[in-house]
Amino acid sequence: MSALNDMLEVLGTVYDDAAIVASPQIAHLIVDGNNLLSLQQAPGVSIASRLVETVLEAEIVVAQGVRLEQPIHLCIGMLGPRGLQHIRSRIKVEEDAQVSLLAHCLFPVAESSRHVMEAEVELAAGAQMHYREGHYHGPTAGIEVLPKAVVKVGPGGRFFSDFFLTTGRAGRLHLDYRIEAAAESVTEVTTRIFGHGSDEIRTREELVLAGRAARGLLKSRVAVDGEASSEVISITHGNAAEVRGHMDCMEIILERARAQAQPIVSVSHPLAKVTHEAAVGTVDQKQLETLMARGLSPEAAVDVLITGMLR
Amino acid sequence: MELREGEIHALIGGNGSGKTTLACLIMGCAGYAPSGGEIRFAGRVINSLPIHERARLGITMAWQEPARFEGLQVRTYLSLQRPEADSAPYLEQVGLEPTSYLDRPLDKTLSGGERKRIELASVLALHPRLAILDEPASGIDLRSLSEIAGVIRSLKAEGASVLLITHREEMVEIADRASYLCAGRIVFSGSPDAVAARFKARRCAICDGKVCQ
Repeated sequence: MSALNDMLEVLGTVYDDAAIVASPQIAHLIVDGNNLLSLQQAPGVSIASRLVETVLEAEIVVAQGVRLEQPIHLCIGMLGPRGLQHIRSRIKVEEDAQVSLLAHCLFPVAESSRHVMEAEVELAAGAQMHYREGHYHGPTAGIEVLPKAVVKVGPGGRFFSDFFLTTGRAGRLHLDYRIEAAAESVTEVTTRIFGHGSDEIRTREELVLAGRAARGLLKSRVAVDGEASSEVISITHGNAAEVRGHMDCMEIILERARAQAQPIVSVSHPLAKVTHEAAVGTVDQKQLETLMARGLSPEAAVDVLITGMLR
Repeated sequence: MELREGEIHALIGGNGSGKTTLACLIMGCAGYAPSGGEIRFAGRVINSLPIHERARLGITMAWQEPARFEGLQVRTYLSLQRPEADSAPYLEQVGLEPTSYLDRPLDKTLSGGERKRIELASVLALHPRLAILDEPASGIDLRSLSEIAGVIRSLKAEGASVLLITHREEMVEIADRASYLCAGRIVFSGSPDAVAARFKARRCAICDGKVCQ
């Protein structure tokens, strides 16, 4: 019980509704390292978990037609300073079901920690999923975060993802998402990261618009300061008629940080359209001067700009 | 050039004559250092002060094409200096319904005219001693010009000086005095009518870099 309480206490410092996570009416999975602390089912949702050697496997199935009013909470973290957390998850949202998942990833005192997440997500025809993953790291950079996901969005499905790591040190973050989108589906993937010190950020997001009239957006917002580095690779394939894809990448560098953006457009159907925009550089001078003309110091103005961009 | 306390001073001139450059020089924008002379505000030379220190003296500026900000709400923008202040009255003053705008982001989802009005509201919220308004009426429909004029008059009523950069005769009319700028030089100052007439007579819509005689 005490590890669960500790985890909820840490969650309470970053998430206003931490108490709701432990409510018996709310489906949840709470994990510290590879130890399952709590698992709660809810009507229409099946959650199973087991430890296979050093990997914690989790399976979540939302039954056909179920529309969950409350989100499923995944509270995943490491309360200790070191160790390996390896999670392999499989999430299936059946036909016409709708679900929101909130993943709270807590690594408050990481000194030598590794978080590996391998996720397979499958949305059946007409299914909808909102996935929000927030990372809350401490001030030390001793963490390696390796989230990898393969997402299949079925015909008419809707997938929305928002990954953010804007509190504490990012450490070494290598994010790798691949989304395959079927006909008339909608996909929106947003990534927001703030790196400091010697943090190393690398994201690779690949969207395959495979079915007719599939639409998708890959949006990246990254800020780096100190000596941090970031590399954002966004790839969109337009492989069918009437598909529309767009990639929107903005990276702000401060101090001695470095950033790179690589939008890749790959189109194999004459009626497909994929566009991109990327901006990498320091803060916009006009925005900065506008805020300074309202009395903000240069430092406060930069804070406002970066906070806004990462919001 | 002298801008008196509590006066609305219109600055007119052809495209490229230096109106915005003068505004940026007074505000202290990057890349606009004076090649000579002094900029004095309330008796103090401010040439070497950075923008935010000039702003803290009471100088502010509304840009002709205001910046847009991702993720910054109108509410936050209007209360940057006074987070607890009620920003609604400033939006009302510029003809925008507060409930519809306070929670909107200050990004590209706003039209040009909406963004200009919010820029004016932000100037009002600062209660400045000197407001530099660069073409505040551009992008604003004709019917709303009287609202913009009302905003400028309310700044004056609060005791602020206003440097009003404009091409529109309707806006020049609300000024107390005016100056005509040509190729970076003030060639004539006087009543708004007289300056507007001189500008019209010379027909220099685009400044060719030579000072008009």
